[in-house]
Amino acid sequence: MAEAEDSPGEQEATSSKPLFAGLSDVSISQDIPIEGEITIPSGTRAQECDSSTLNESIRRTIMRDLKAVGRKFMHVLYPRKSNTLLRDWDLWGPLILCVSLALMLQKSSVEGKRDGGSPEFAEVFVIIWFGAVTITLNSKLLGGNISFFQSLCVLGYCVLPLNIAMLICRLLLLAGQGPINFMIRLFVVLVMFAWSVIASTAFLADCQPPNRKALAVYPVFLFYFVVSWMILTFTP
Amino acid sequence: MAAVDDLQFEEFGDGATLLAANPDATTINIEDPSVSFKHQPRPPGSLGREEDEELLGTNDSDETELLAGQKKSSPFWTFEYYQTFFDVDTYQVFDRIKGSLLPVPGKNFVRLYIRSNPDLYGPFWICATLVFAIAISGNLSNFLIHLGEKTYHYVPEFQKVSIAATVIYAYAWLVPLALWGFLLWRNSKVMNIVSYSFLEIVCVYGYSLFIYIPTAVLWIIPQRVIRWVLVTIALGISGSVLAMTFWPAVREDNRRVALATIVTIMLLHVLLSVGCLAYFFDAPEMDHLPAAITTPNQTVAAAKSS
Repeated sequence: MAEAEDSPGEQEATSSKPLFAGLSDVSISQDIPIEGEITIPSGTRAQECDSSTLNESIRRTIMRDLKAVGRKFMHVLYPRKSNTLLRDWDLWGPLILCVSLALMLQKSSVEGKRDGGSPEFAEVFVIIWFGAVTITLNSKLLGGNISFFQSLCVLGYCVLPLNIAMLICRLLLLAGQGPINFMIRLFVVLVMFAWSVIASTAFLADCQPPNRKALAVYPVFLFYFVVSWMILTFTP
Repeated sequence: MAAVDDLQFEEFGDGATLLAANPDATTINIEDPSVSFKHQPRPPGSLGREEDEELLGTNDSDETELLAGQKKSSPFWTFEYYQTFFDVDTYQVFDRIKGSLLPVPGKNFVRLYIRSNPDLYGPFWICATLVFAIAISGNLSNFLIHLGEKTYHYVPEFQKVSIAATVIYAYAWLVPLALWGFLLWRNSKVMNIVSYSFLEIVCVYGYSLFIYIPTAVLWIIPQRVIRWVLVTIALGISGSVLAMTFWPAVREDNRRVALATIVTIMLLHVLLSVGCLAYFFDAPEMDHLPAAITTPNQTVAAAKSS
């Protein structure tokens, strides 16, 4: 009984000592001053001022965008293995080309007769954009690593050679119609069609798995073939 | 000493009882090994059963995947779900096109070329190509017929594209849907060994239309006999692909039902072919008849004048 009484006493003593030790350890007697200034280097500010475009004139903004569109046109006319057209995509060029092509495919409204056979503006517009969207979805479904708008941008810009062909056909048709005239128009359209396919393939073929390039290139071929057919069969 | 002797004697007695208990202990030991024996086969048995269940599960999942034709089970609202329908390579598409052009007698197109991997690339783009081939060839045919007439002013008939698209896509997707529903209904009554999924039926119909692309281009030739020969050849090739594919699926059904099914498939195919030929290529000749009728009048007028 004495031992039993002694052992809990010792336990109590051991439990109390660490508590006191903890209390003795816990003591805050220092003051750390928190002061200072947050400054931004003037160089960074100057760079930010330089990169901002809020204070530039509208003419300057428009000219910069037009230069970008023009640069992409040159990339289409001289296709190289460069990803500039993919990296910095926009939809201004496709819209301009699509609207101008649809307008040029319109028959002159001077004629009172409604032939009803030639494609209307809306039909050309819808075919070009719906075709581009379909080809884009096809390339993405095949596992291509290209974004939706990049593909639309490339397909739209590569309509430029066909726009040039349409312009040449319009000028040739002013000189009258005939077999020789048709042969010249056929040659021009074929050359520009091949140009469009080669230009778009240079940009899009590298985004596909190597065992599916033909599957991705064929819809592009069909798309530009249909546009070429509309251009070739146009009669004022 | 006596106590010690007594203790020794008692120990012997305890030993005897222990020895008497020892057999019991040994018997208990025998029981314990027996229990352990019972335990030992149980885990392997259960493990074996679990493995068997796993194998059965994998088999079921494999069968499900094969039957569904889908390699991944993604939700249908994600993009990956539709990518499985285009999981096909260039050489596979070319093999299937070749198979649709050269049907091997007695060979099943689905088992021989599709092999549980139906795609939607071929059906979609073959239909798109056929739409424009028919529309452009129709316009060219119309142009050639009226080429000699000076008063004729060529105008491209663009609505032919939309009409051709409506007819061909309706045929290539709605007829397989109806056929799939019919086969599903018949399968619930008579268990057929061969059964096709909807994608496989769409795939067969899509690739069977490939023969019509060169046929439509050759339909530009303004000779009626050549056109009918071409349509007969195209019907023979694509019709045999369809017949040899779907005959095994209805062979074990009632004879009359099986024959009626194959005849209906062939009739729809003939209707598509002859309809396209008559609408897109022969209509201008019908318009050409009035000119032929006016010619005798001109000759009569010439005779009168002379």
